[in-house]
Amino acid sequence: MAALMAILKRDLALAYRQRAELMQPMLFFILVISLFPLAVGPEPKTLQLIGPGVIWVAAILSSLLGLERLFRDDFQDGSLEQLMLSSTSLPAAALIKVVAHWLTSILPLIILSPLLALFLHLSEPMYWALLKTLLLGTPLLSLIGAIAVGLTVGLNRGGVLLALLLLPVFIPLLIFATSAVESASMQLQYSAQLAIIGAMFLFSLALAPFAIAYALRVSQT
Amino acid sequence: MWKWLHPYAKTERTYHLCQRLLPWFSVLGLAVIIVATVWGLAFAPTDYQQSEAYRIIYVHVPSAVLSKSLYSAMALAAIIGLVWQIKTSFMAMIALAPIGATVTFVSLITGAAWGKPMWGTWWEWDARLTSQLILLFLFLGVISLYKAFEDKQQAGKAAGVMAIVGVINLPIIHYSVQWWNTLHQGATIMKLGKPSMPPEMLWPLLLSILGWALVSGAIFLLRMQNEILQREIRRPWVVALANKSSTLSEGK
Repeated sequence: MAALMAILKRDLALAYRQRAELMQPMLFFILVISLFPLAVGPEPKTLQLIGPGVIWVAAILSSLLGLERLFRDDFQDGSLEQLMLSSTSLPAAALIKVVAHWLTSILPLIILSPLLALFLHLSEPMYWALLKTLLLGTPLLSLIGAIAVGLTVGLNRGGVLLALLLLPVFIPLLIFATSAVESASMQLQYSAQLAIIGAMFLFSLALAPFAIAYALRVSQT
Repeated sequence: MWKWLHPYAKTERTYHLCQRLLPWFSVLGLAVIIVATVWGLAFAPTDYQQSEAYRIIYVHVPSAVLSKSLYSAMALAAIIGLVWQIKTSFMAMIALAPIGATVTFVSLITGAAWGKPMWGTWWEWDARLTSQLILLFLFLGVISLYKAFEDKQQAGKAAGVMAIVGVINLPIIHYSVQWWNTLHQGATIMKLGKPSMPPEMLWPLLLSILGWALVSGAIFLLRMQNEILQREIRRPWVVALANKSSTLSEGK
């Protein structure tokens, strides 16, 4: 347990010292979203209609950008190998690393989201629904994403491949999340969508750490 | 049960098994496909609503049915490979992947061609079309992950993990897309529902599904043999096989 806490502390400290790199996905997130009003016109009605989808797509894309950082540096400097050789259980360590990654590169996006909701003229109930789906759904992105990152970490050019592997897998999340916000915009209940996203999250929370650990072992050989 | 399955972890045995099965699958498959296609295209009765256009069903449905079974077969091979560490199983997985991708692509193309006269558009974001498109992406993801690795042993394991992630996701994708579609479309256009078919139409359809399955099996056997030869190129038995076939062709 102490070792896991140490990993968490180390990852958070490392992330804090590489603030510039952490900023990149955030800037990307804001930029992509501000492109949409320019592309489809500033009509508040249109923006409100496409808003939830745009925010979610942008969140998925920028989380893909940040995901590569998850194991890359540790793989290159050999500390990942040391982690595997140590007595800490690898699935637990992988889970902790995913948590640290979520805290440092996804949580800032969520904190930024009220600003973007203003950009896209989302109404207040829509924003609350969006916030809930982001809070429940983005950990799922990190967990599933980490499996693919673990598999591609040994490859030199993993970036596009990562997107190719992960985007189809993220489609259900995208569908449920945006439909929750859409229901909220019509003053309807959206707890069903949230429940499904929560179920997917818990399912992947239970299984993904083992898959990540296996993926890392495959990459290390 | 494992007693008879275990020898096939050895690639040489599998190669010869493929060799023995291949004529059955290819000859039977071609014969069944020809019979079913001619029957379906020329002799099956005309549909009262869709007239002659419905006949594409004899290509569309077999490919659509096979696409999902091929993905499941691929994922099953991956699971067997990962659990029991059987190298041959990964070869089977990667031999299946391009066949599956092609079949999925065929089902999309024929679906689009069928959609044009029936729905009036080439592409409709219909639930089934969409989930088929995502299935194609999943196949392509597995293939490109496999190709990205130099070390094929590692590639097999990595692609296997991704295939399993995909197969867990497949039902979720299927239902989510269905649900999404019903949410977004108030008035549904003509659905590809399952009308009860008269037997004169159904029989050629079932036959053509069988034919497609057999031909896919034959292509799989060929690809499997190729994969084994490529991966085991330095083994004595492969060298002996190559020498034998080269002396045969010189003797002609």
